[in-house]
Amino acid sequence: MSRFIEPTTEDIRNQKLYAEMGLTDAEYDKVIDILGREPNYTEIGIFSVMWSEHCSYKHSKPFLKQFPTSGDRVLMGPGEGAGVVDIGDNQAVVFKVESHNHPSAVEPYQGAATGVGGIIRDIVSIGARPIGLLNSLRFGELTEANNRRLLRGVVSGIGGYGNCIGIPTVSGEVEFDPSYDGNPLVNAMCVGVMDHDKVQKGTAKGAGNKVIYVGLKTGRDGIHGATFASEELSEESESKRPSVQIGDPFTGKKLMESTLAAIDQPELVGIQDMGAAGLTSSSSEMAAKGEAGMNLYLDQVPVREEGISPYEMMLSETQERMLLVVEDGTEQKFLDMFEDFELDAAVIGEVTDSDRLKLYYEDELYADIPVQPLSDEAPVYILEGEKPETDEKVHDYSKEDLNRVFDELAGHPTHGSKRYIYEQYDNQVGSNTVQKSGFGSGIVRVEGTQKAIAMAIDGKSRYVYADPYNGGKEVVAQTFRSIIATGAEPLAMTDCLNYGSPENPEIYSQLEESTKGMAEACRALATPVVSGNVSLYNENRTASILPSPVIGMVGLIEDVNFMDGLSIGAGDALYLVGETEKSFAGSQIEKLIDDEVSKQVRGIDLELEYSRGMDLRRRLTEGDIRKISPLGRGGIAVKLAQLAAFHGLGVDVSVDIDGEDLFAENASRYIIVADAGKEIKDAVEIGRLTEEGFRIKTRDAEISRDLAEVAEAWEGAIPKCMTSVD
Amino acid sequence: MKKFAVIQFPGSNCDRDLLNAALKAGAEAEFVDYRAASLAGYDGVLIPGGFSFGDYLRSGAMAAVAPVTKAIKEAAEAGKPVLGICNGFQILTEIGLLPGALIFNDQHTFISRDESLKIANSETLFTRGYGQGEDVVYPVAHGEGHYYCDDATYEKLKAHNQIVLTYNENPNGSRNDIAGIINERGNVLGMMPHPERALETLLGSDDGLKLFEEMTKWEANHVQIH
Repeated sequence: MSRFIEPTTEDIRNQKLYAEMGLTDAEYDKVIDILGREPNYTEIGIFSVMWSEHCSYKHSKPFLKQFPTSGDRVLMGPGEGAGVVDIGDNQAVVFKVESHNHPSAVEPYQGAATGVGGIIRDIVSIGARPIGLLNSLRFGELTEANNRRLLRGVVSGIGGYGNCIGIPTVSGEVEFDPSYDGNPLVNAMCVGVMDHDKVQKGTAKGAGNKVIYVGLKTGRDGIHGATFASEELSEESESKRPSVQIGDPFTGKKLMESTLAAIDQPELVGIQDMGAAGLTSSSSEMAAKGEAGMNLYLDQVPVREEGISPYEMMLSETQERMLLVVEDGTEQKFLDMFEDFELDAAVIGEVTDSDRLKLYYEDELYADIPVQPLSDEAPVYILEGEKPETDEKVHDYSKEDLNRVFDELAGHPTHGSKRYIYEQYDNQVGSNTVQKSGFGSGIVRVEGTQKAIAMAIDGKSRYVYADPYNGGKEVVAQTFRSIIATGAEPLAMTDCLNYGSPENPEIYSQLEESTKGMAEACRALATPVVSGNVSLYNENRTASILPSPVIGMVGLIEDVNFMDGLSIGAGDALYLVGETEKSFAGSQIEKLIDDEVSKQVRGIDLELEYSRGMDLRRRLTEGDIRKISPLGRGGIAVKLAQLAAFHGLGVDVSVDIDGEDLFAENASRYIIVADAGKEIKDAVEIGRLTEEGFRIKTRDAEISRDLAEVAEAWEGAIPKCMTSVD
Repeated sequence: MKKFAVIQFPGSNCDRDLLNAALKAGAEAEFVDYRAASLAGYDGVLIPGGFSFGDYLRSGAMAAVAPVTKAIKEAAEAGKPVLGICNGFQILTEIGLLPGALIFNDQHTFISRDESLKIANSETLFTRGYGQGEDVVYPVAHGEGHYYCDDATYEKLKAHNQIVLTYNENPNGSRNDIAGIINERGNVLGMMPHPERALETLLGSDDGLKLFEEMTKWEANHVQIH
């Protein structure tokens, strides 16, 4: 008789308990096929989390296969905790982005904090020391109290974890759009640096080798978190609050330091973070990668309270835990090391040559599952997408009061200063931050060298909605331009695919088309995908979110000292690089005036994008130009406002385009600051930076403002929304 | 060459930055574990910033009862320079080497930015390299940085010229813009801003370097008693 009271195999079948765990009838039958019998409660729980969208990518796998994942510099691509890319001198950069959307929707502080903690552990488990954090956030408009609550909670959660563990948050991006009402997006990215020869894999090899658990004691928090992350949010989601994990950055810090110390030991065989699906995914994935079996003795697992069943233990997502496999006979050495860090650690099992994952509790067998099918035979669904009709709409903003449009856009939280957010993040801990949050990508020097890593994160969901295929390309290109703007050579990227339910044919088509575009851009821009994450079922009570692929990219600056003393000032010339086209589908002026996204083709020339970017980057590092500022949301007008407000400089500009085109958002354009009279390919000199005043002239309209007005609108964009008492 | 101990508490995260600062200023420096009972052999003590013990109970509260605390007090009594930055300042007030307390920022959110500060006392062994009233930029990064003390303490601080650093634009509500104070004897300095993050213009400011250079030039007979 079992010491735990649990549903029987008959209960599971007859009451379809597997359905509550997110498995379909067909998937349940497949489990029976694999086991050759009906699964017990622990076993069906394990299958349900491993086969959740979050862990198995069952709807997205075919799309992910399109991405180029190799390149001259790629040392390790997707499949492990994070991607690894060569930066020379036997060093490598390690990075990944991950979503924590659903947890943040119901518990913003902890949802965001554990998102940060989880991505840090992914980087650390490869053997890298984290040097920078980034985040990409999406909320509904701040006119809604609930969105303000979510923003406050998410930002303090990100800061609460990152500041305490001592990793600088150096860049990020935020967009406010009604599409994210009730379903915010919280994507966190971590970048680390390591030596080549220390790259670890999450593998369990060598029968008899010992499995060590280290970190926080296992509790009942986060049970079925991975499944929760793979469902649509609903009225019932509030009741899923216990599915949200609780972060402990102090233990996270100790775990990080002790893990990095453990990785220096030659007797370490493999290591993996216990992230989504906790002990289940770490143990089964390590065994699968090592082509071995594993026995776990769950009564040995450090627990927070008595009576936690094997089912609960395997599905718990208690944070700040790692699973290690070490050579037989060396386990005490590791336990002593963790003891010195005042962490809980225990030997909880061993590697076997049986090809099965067997779970025991006080000599009773609770699960006996073949390892390979559990991770490799997860179902894959290829559905039919349905492309929406293209809109015939003709955008005409020539009659609009462009000064009003300018005021609205420059003072909108999406375009305004993010100081309210980034001043809550420690930007400089580690004393290597060359460029911190504020205006552009983060740049962090590699300690003890003159090299630096540029890191950026971006997403442009309105473009993707307007034209999934080209919009997918643009998201990659936009992030590429952010890296170019630092003078770095773009190296590789990571992606987080945030979409609605793939079971909706239009959304499936968005996924299909946008990933195709992204894959093409990755090839053309020489930035392979080395890691990534998928978050589907992002729906609120009435609709799906806009398709929101988010790209994280890193670049290498060989000698960052070129930035020392680099500045811009009044008298410098402004250049516009690239042709401006009447491209308004997915633009911010369209959002403001038409309150919709029209589905129309957006164009981008990737070859031009690449050559233009690489040329500008070179000229920046050579000191020939002094600033590169890529154009994005809100076009030329908003970019000039941001530039002026951030630097406290006026602009006096005249552009030979129609007034409305100041807000056009076609791709591959930049504003450049340099001496007057420079020859820059595809560029026209449009005016000067000035001491004061803000004036943009066009063929038929003029925007004219005091610099102080522009600066105030930009600085106050978020604070003015956050002052109300909620 | 002077040798400094950089105390490592569980969770300290500006420890490497502080060690690097001391090295850059020409001193020797070593990490010392919070379980160490003695700091004999060191010419000075550096207490880094960054969430000792996670600052879960209250900033610096757990660190204050760590074994190394007794040794820090002994070093202070022996007249050796003791510098506590950010969390280090919080710890120095918790263990009574400096008066007053650090409480939550007025806005109740963490604040991280480059801060313009004034050297209010340029006669300490740490600040002799600066001009009296000189403006400097050091980054701040704290959630509990509001310096609080009662009137009597403030009058005493003023009377003994113990206010070393003040904010030009008070970021946290600190009493009379106080950013850093020294003990009466003049060898224990605590400050919320991070001079160890201000050592290179490439990173935004090199205004902090002089502080560490002066500290490493310290001689026993230089310690001033007000």
